[in-house]
Amino acid sequence: METHKAKRVEITIEAVMETRLTDALVKAGVTGFTILPVLGGSGRSGQWSREGQVSRAGGMINVACIIRPEKLEALLKAAFTVVERHIGVVSVTDCEVLRAERF
Amino acid sequence: MDLILSLAAQNLISPIILFFVLGFAAAFARSDLSVPEAVAKGMSLYLLFAIGFKGGASVAANGIDQTLIFSILAGVILSFVLPFIAFVLLRVMTGLTAIDAAAVAAHYGSISIVTFVAASSVLQTAGLVSEGYMVAVAAAMEAPAILAALWLVARADAKAGQGGGMDAGLLREILLNGSIVLLIGSFIIGGITGQEGLEKIASFIVSPFQGVLCLFLLDMGLVAGRGLRDARHLLKPGLFAFGVLMPLIGSCLGFGAGLLLGLSTGGVMLMMTLSASASYIAVPAAMRVALPEANPSIYLTLSLGITFPFNLTLGIPIYLALARAATGG
Repeated sequence: METHKAKRVEITIEAVMETRLTDALVKAGVTGFTILPVLGGSGRSGQWSREGQVSRAGGMINVACIIRPEKLEALLKAAFTVVERHIGVVSVTDCEVLRAERF
Repeated sequence: MDLILSLAAQNLISPIILFFVLGFAAAFARSDLSVPEAVAKGMSLYLLFAIGFKGGASVAANGIDQTLIFSILAGVILSFVLPFIAFVLLRVMTGLTAIDAAAVAAHYGSISIVTFVAASSVLQTAGLVSEGYMVAVAAAMEAPAILAALWLVARADAKAGQGGGMDAGLLREILLNGSIVLLIGSFIIGGITGQEGLEKIASFIVSPFQGVLCLFLLDMGLVAGRGLRDARHLLKPGLFAFGVLMPLIGSCLGFGAGLLLGLSTGGVMLMMTLSASASYIAVPAAMRVALPEANPSIYLTLSLGITFPFNLTLGIPIYLALARAATGG
């Protein structure tokens, strides 16, 4: 079966920044993304867990989107303006999709 | 002094405090006891709904006078002024950076609605009533502290403040956060429907209130205990002292404001409690957006791990005893 090259961008960021990030992605022309809650993890700011967080301030989310390679630059620029000062990780990986017209 | 000790002793063996202590101890013992997130959220909605509605119904029964406006105004002023005192104290006592100190200060100008609910419960147990509109005062005290903290940062370190601060989106999130909308909404509905409305839903919001509060405080004990356990290395003596001293200073200002306004014994005590409490829900979220450089472990540990338990166990009886002594209630 024929597949098409695409980019998968994964952004883990503080939950309070969710709307700001997704608004920026939509503005940058991203037509689809998936948001997942993060249970916990460890990083430069230390270990943390969603358990025991009294508000969204302490939580993290994971936003994943698959896009055409030519849209990558615009997406990263948009995402950077939001994540620049915040705790989080942005990663880009190559992937392949079956239906290119959807991305 | 005897009165304070007696009230403190009574308070310490009340179910709500004992459940909080149970949660706190379970967290420190690394028990797997936990309250599901959705249940905790549901209980928090219930408590806000109940306290808001009862406040509104009380205002409907007793009428509105100009003290309501002045009380709200006093609350706003206190919320704006307290961060400046906290900021100076933090810089002197702890050596925190300006950004960290401002972020912590914002928490101490704002309020903890759970502490307010617990104080209301203590008043009820003591057979005292308070002005129903104190609910509105609580809501009004949530946001001004955040503005004061952002102003402090802008003054102290303009460079670090670049790119952050208050924007329209953040202002909307603060003023329309779910807790405030439900609290004020229930207050208004309680005000419109009055005692008749209260009687219709009393079996839901009056009788089960104490039980739900116990379970909610069990969860708060777990959260506070886990937070303190994980971040106790941050708690230098200066920070610990601030976490206990600042609520006492805040309560003194609230005490003065309550007396000036001519509030009842319960009203003075609630004004003291509001001024003494520190936010750990609305303000941390606002600080993560506006001041992401500030260390969240410091402000969350202080407000939730030190000041909240202090107010709950010792602060509230002290405020009640002082309010009683001053008003003769």
